Amino acid sequence: MTNSTSATNGDAQINGNAQNNALDQANAPSSKLMCFGADNPLMLDSGAELAPWQIAYETYGTLNEDKSNAVVVCHALTGDQYVASQNPVTGKPGWWELMVGPGRPVDTNHYFVICANVLGGCMGTTGPASTNPETGTSYGLDMSVVTIGDMVRSQAKLVEALGIETLFAVVGGSMGGMQVLQWAAAYPEKVFAAVPIASGARHTSQNIAFHEVGRQAVMADPDWCQGKYAQENKRPVKGLAVARMAAHITYMSDESLQQKFGRNLQDRAAITFGFDADFQIESYLRHQGMTFVDRFDANSYLYVTRAMDYFDLAAAHGGRLANAFMHTKTRFCVMSFTTDWLFPTSESKAIVHALNAAAANVSFVEIDSSRGHDAFLLDEPEMFETMFGFMTGAANARGIPAPATPIGE
Amino acid sequence: MNSKDLKNVRGDHRILCDFVEPGSRVLDIGCEDGDLLELLIRTRNVDARGLELHQAGVNKCVARGLPAVQGDADTDLSAYPDGAFDYAILSQTLQATKDPKHILGELLRIGKRAVVSFPNFGHWRNRMQLLTRGRMPVTDYLPYSWYDTPNIHFCTIRDFVELAGEVDAKVLRAEALNAKGERIGFNAPWWVWNLIGDQAIFLLERKK
Repeated sequence: MTNSTSATNGDAQINGNAQNNALDQANAPSSKLMCFGADNPLMLDSGAELAPWQIAYETYGTLNEDKSNAVVVCHALTGDQYVASQNPVTGKPGWWELMVGPGRPVDTNHYFVICANVLGGCMGTTGPASTNPETGTSYGLDMSVVTIGDMVRSQAKLVEALGIETLFAVVGGSMGGMQVLQWAAAYPEKVFAAVPIASGARHTSQNIAFHEVGRQAVMADPDWCQGKYAQENKRPVKGLAVARMAAHITYMSDESLQQKFGRNLQDRAAITFGFDADFQIESYLRHQGMTFVDRFDANSYLYVTRAMDYFDLAAAHGGRLANAFMHTKTRFCVMSFTTDWLFPTSESKAIVHALNAAAANVSFVEIDSSRGHDAFLLDEPEMFETMFGFMTGAANARGIPAPATPIGE
Repeated sequence: MNSKDLKNVRGDHRILCDFVEPGSRVLDIGCEDGDLLELLIRTRNVDARGLELHQAGVNKCVARGLPAVQGDADTDLSAYPDGAFDYAILSQTLQATKDPKHILGELLRIGKRAVVSFPNFGHWRNRMQLLTRGRMPVTDYLPYSWYDTPNIHFCTIRDFVELAGEVDAKVLRAEALNAKGERIGFNAPWWVWNLIGDQAIFLLERKK
């Protein structure tokens, strides 16, 4: 950003400090940063070349001497590189500290964990909120649309730049799981183990439909300004908040919403015959929407949702998913959750069937949970046991000292 | 991998392991909690995978570091390509499948060889129960009543030999075991084994 916008224009009530911080993060992240110059462009699936470009990442743990213990964690739609450390914008703990950290299933006492912000994101990796060196203002819609393949290609260049030839594992949930599958398909010789959780090898029609609702909400906000809101000192916070509200519903199950909120009223004894947030669920969603806009860029939301929509691993391999994994030596552990209707078990099973057809080494665990798609981010002991067991088995096979082995317990 | 006491290993599992060449690729169909998978990996150093109908069993396998997927032997074997494994193992599961003949064919398609173990319904104790009590046999080894048994397609050793012939399989090796899973250590014609074997293990190969 050339200048930070202190935008509290009109009725768009923005938390100024968090907002400025979020904008700064897009160009100058608090995390580690790898910069690639004009001589090292990133080739995009759209045919465009991106240069210069940068990728923001965090690492945890220590790379061992033969560089065989590196684990890439891929984040979901609105995640970031702060998988196991405090987010500099929100001040909240890392988004997957239950899974990644010392003594956790992805044990940073044993593995060297790398987590990068995705291409198109807004936490320091090049995206629409980043400054376009040709104009001095943010790219906005001038940036080429990116894909899951582009995200993984950028991560592969980071891993290479870090001097790491092969990864012990690639792990991620939801859009992170798509990246895991793409890693395994595009770089089979580099990925020893792959764990896609609550994910799919394609975005379904329903998934695309929900994303389109979100994008239309953003673009219908007059403050979106055809994507040039930064130049206009505006931000489409209302549209982005509505997009987040709609999306948030898809992350939860009917059952969990009912358990958590039911038809409970918000700070009132009776319905008001008006359109305030009478119900707790309304208040909750509004809160989710308003806090989201403090930390996320609206154009970035368009780009990253689009990347998920375009993902179809089978189509990229002659229409047959098994072709993506032919002769793979990677060992896979696929996980799904019973009440996840965004990426239902059937999507995970399609991956498993394709891996079986490729005679790949695959484990598949469906976890009984009432908490819908978001379960993968929550305290789900069976998911942790599965991850721990799989990682340990894989570490034994790879010859990496693993945490105490569960086999034979 | 450590320390599970090999003395506690089921006898039929121990003998079944002898049927499998070290270092081979193995699919264990109906792997339950992974006891046989683990034994195969530990003692035969195989590249083994498990397929199990019940999700709880699969989850236990994976938490133990053993590769396993949820799936139904009756429907999900078709996903595997021809000759994907050196051995397709069906341990104590054939009698619980809907279409044993089809499954035996599938084992011989996806595995270069098939290992099948099953309870022998022709054992003299079963025959006696039917003969003297006129009731479906319930024994320590076959503990279910007829109405709640998962075992819907019982066969005898002689029945199995005939089925193997029908699917063009050659019997490379066979062992009859007692109820404890110990070898019945003498050679005898099929009809003798069919009378005194509580269970049997067969190694099959498709005829060229």
